[in-house]
Amino acid sequence: MVERCVKVYSRFNRLWHWSQAGSIMLLFFTGARIMGLHEVMPFGLAVTVHSLVAIALLVLWVFATFWLFTTHGWKQFIPRLTGFLQVARFYAYGVFKGEEHPYSKTLERRHNPLQAGAYFALKMALFPAIWVTGLAYLSYGFWDSADGQGFWLTIIANLHVLAAFAIGSFVVAHLYLLTIGHGFKRHVQPMITGYDRIDLNAEEEAYLEQKGLVRATPLYKD
Amino acid sequence: MKLSALRVTASLTAAWLALGPAWAQDAPTAPQETPEASSEAPMMGAQSRPDPATLAANAALITDPVAGLTADHSKFDVLKGPFASGPEVTAACLSCHTEASNQVMHSVHWTWTYENATTGQTLGKAHELNAFCGNVASNEVRCTSCHVGYGWDDVREPAPTDPTAVDCLVCHDSSGQYAKQDNLAGHPPLDPVAEGAKTITGAKATPVDLVKAALSVGQPTRENCGNCHFYGGGGDNVKHGDLSSVLFDPPRAVDVHMSQDGANMTCESCHVSDKHVLAGSRYEGDVIDPHGADRMPGAERDTASCTSCHTDAPHKGPNPLLAMKLNDHTDSLACQSCHIPSFARGGVATKTFWDWSTAGRMDENGKPIKEHGYTQGNGAELHTYLSTKGDFAWGENVVPHYAWSNGVMRYTLPEMEIDPSQVVEINQIQGEAGAPDARIFPFKRMEGRQAYDTVRNVLLFNHVYGPGDGTALWSYFDWEKSLKAGMDYVGLEYSGNYDFVDTYMYWPIAHQVAPKEDALDCAACHAENGRMAGITGIYVPGGLNIGGKIGMVLLVLAALGVAGHGVLRLVGRKPNGGHHG
Repeated sequence: MVERCVKVYSRFNRLWHWSQAGSIMLLFFTGARIMGLHEVMPFGLAVTVHSLVAIALLVLWVFATFWLFTTHGWKQFIPRLTGFLQVARFYAYGVFKGEEHPYSKTLERRHNPLQAGAYFALKMALFPAIWVTGLAYLSYGFWDSADGQGFWLTIIANLHVLAAFAIGSFVVAHLYLLTIGHGFKRHVQPMITGYDRIDLNAEEEAYLEQKGLVRATPLYKD
Repeated sequence: MKLSALRVTASLTAAWLALGPAWAQDAPTAPQETPEASSEAPMMGAQSRPDPATLAANAALITDPVAGLTADHSKFDVLKGPFASGPEVTAACLSCHTEASNQVMHSVHWTWTYENATTGQTLGKAHELNAFCGNVASNEVRCTSCHVGYGWDDVREPAPTDPTAVDCLVCHDSSGQYAKQDNLAGHPPLDPVAEGAKTITGAKATPVDLVKAALSVGQPTRENCGNCHFYGGGGDNVKHGDLSSVLFDPPRAVDVHMSQDGANMTCESCHVSDKHVLAGSRYEGDVIDPHGADRMPGAERDTASCTSCHTDAPHKGPNPLLAMKLNDHTDSLACQSCHIPSFARGGVATKTFWDWSTAGRMDENGKPIKEHGYTQGNGAELHTYLSTKGDFAWGENVVPHYAWSNGVMRYTLPEMEIDPSQVVEINQIQGEAGAPDARIFPFKRMEGRQAYDTVRNVLLFNHVYGPGDGTALWSYFDWEKSLKAGMDYVGLEYSGNYDFVDTYMYWPIAHQVAPKEDALDCAACHAENGRMAGITGIYVPGGLNIGGKIGMVLLVLAALGVAGHGVLRLVGRKPNGGHHG
């Protein structure tokens, strides 16, 4: 096995990540205005931006889901138990002792088991919770004649906001974890350039070399 | 624009079709003039039949522009008088409009009686008590000065049945000088006018020229409706809050429909009439109009709701998303709730509080007191205390009271038991939160303190107007006598013990619709303690809900967690810098 600087995040992958990140930030900002946490913009404008950005993000998610399935990228996000305990132990103990991160990225598994589990939960629980409630919220006009619409809207609105704060908590942890290991900059850089250090076996190395997906000089030194 | 163009085209076409056959019939008859007919002097009065020569003299020549109506009342001999009284004018009207009085007498305008089928209550000015002057009974000639008739001086009996008792002129005069005196049971001031007499608008009464009025008749204008309805409760905008003299010629900002710079509509543009019965009611209001969107412009309708014209999805671009969201509101909100951001706008205040209990206080010389403590927007000084009426408060640009309403009002009628430990609602807004026929509607909430029987726990009739009769409150300032006289008049039991109870009375707010740019901002409701605070059955995004509070805790815990983790990492870091953290 040899560690090489390899293209792991395709252009679509990076576009997906950053537009998602940008959208979520905008949604937090406008959502906070709707909740009355700030008054930087008028309520109506906040609702408009919030709705449009949400619709755009949903479109992106449709594309991303399609892309994940056609490129087998979805397998990256399937959680597994192998190495889970070691990684958990590292974050709960080893990291305080200055230990090295127990997980080495491979081409098939960019995420460590804890990370994969977290992303899986995000994609399978929190994101659906936010967009299902969000669409129900947005489409109120189509079901407002239903019995107890006021009650259902209350439930939907509360779940929507709760899911948003849960996603916010994820973002906090996500940003914090970037500071662990090789440092914030080195963690963010791959998502900008697309290249990251990955353990390759000989076949992978030869294949990627041939495809021109290996960088001769690493972007950064350890 | 498109709609009004259609309407104009339609009415012109109708006029053309109506005129066509008339000409066709007239043409051959015109030369057949008989000597008898031409020599006969035209008879006056209801049976008058002018000879063809007079008819021809009155007929319009071919000139431009063409009049909108086929009859010019200024050319009618029967209207040239002379008239000695209002009823004589009505008799002349009835000589052509034979069914008009019968129609009017079937309207609430005439009967002051409203059978509310929903609640089974008999309402109407002739029966109910209100939070202003209290009651019509025993105060008739003053209160019935606004009746659409002449001479109703006892509301214990139905209004007069003589067809000539209907006051056609009060609604149809266009001369601008017809008026009703404020204490003649509906009659106009005629020569000689009593010293100090006033009209129902509070203006100095001058002799009315009945002939001039009769020759001027036309469709009711804002002046006709407003001379009574803008002065309800005894003064400009006292009662309703959204109906003031400002509406005679309102700026666009005050009323986008009635302003000459807006749609320049009259009252009847919305309150359409059918057989002299006008659409709209504060007893059973038209909160929704489910078939509004199905009607063509100008089509017959008997509801006076906003949606009758605007539909329940009136918001269009420029921002289609916001328009969609705004349309989402119409299932729970009446249009008025946002589009009348406040009432009593344009410089004329409305009475918001009336405490009768303090009436009767005199100055050191034993003379009645008049205090002016409020200057309204147009500069007029308003009373805040009168010995005759007690203490008042006034308000301008008043934020409405909001409540779910299906348009129906249930009244606390005479003889209904009240609970004096609570605020008594003179009328209770009906409608279930979230019900398909109900909307959140704006109201003026009038606060009062009114007399009640402390033994029988019922509201009392007060006798306030009656100069010279020894009991009227406004002349003799004695509550004992006033209440006794009021209750005796209507034949109800009175224990002789009275006190004053706090009351609320609700007045639906539907006028003074602001231009759309002045509609209520979202944040007026979508905020913590916004205007919808306390309204049940709806969810108003805007404050931090339970989900948000739990979410905040979650977020704070996450932040504390990573902060703690970070601190532990710093503490645990080896001095030789063995890792990259």
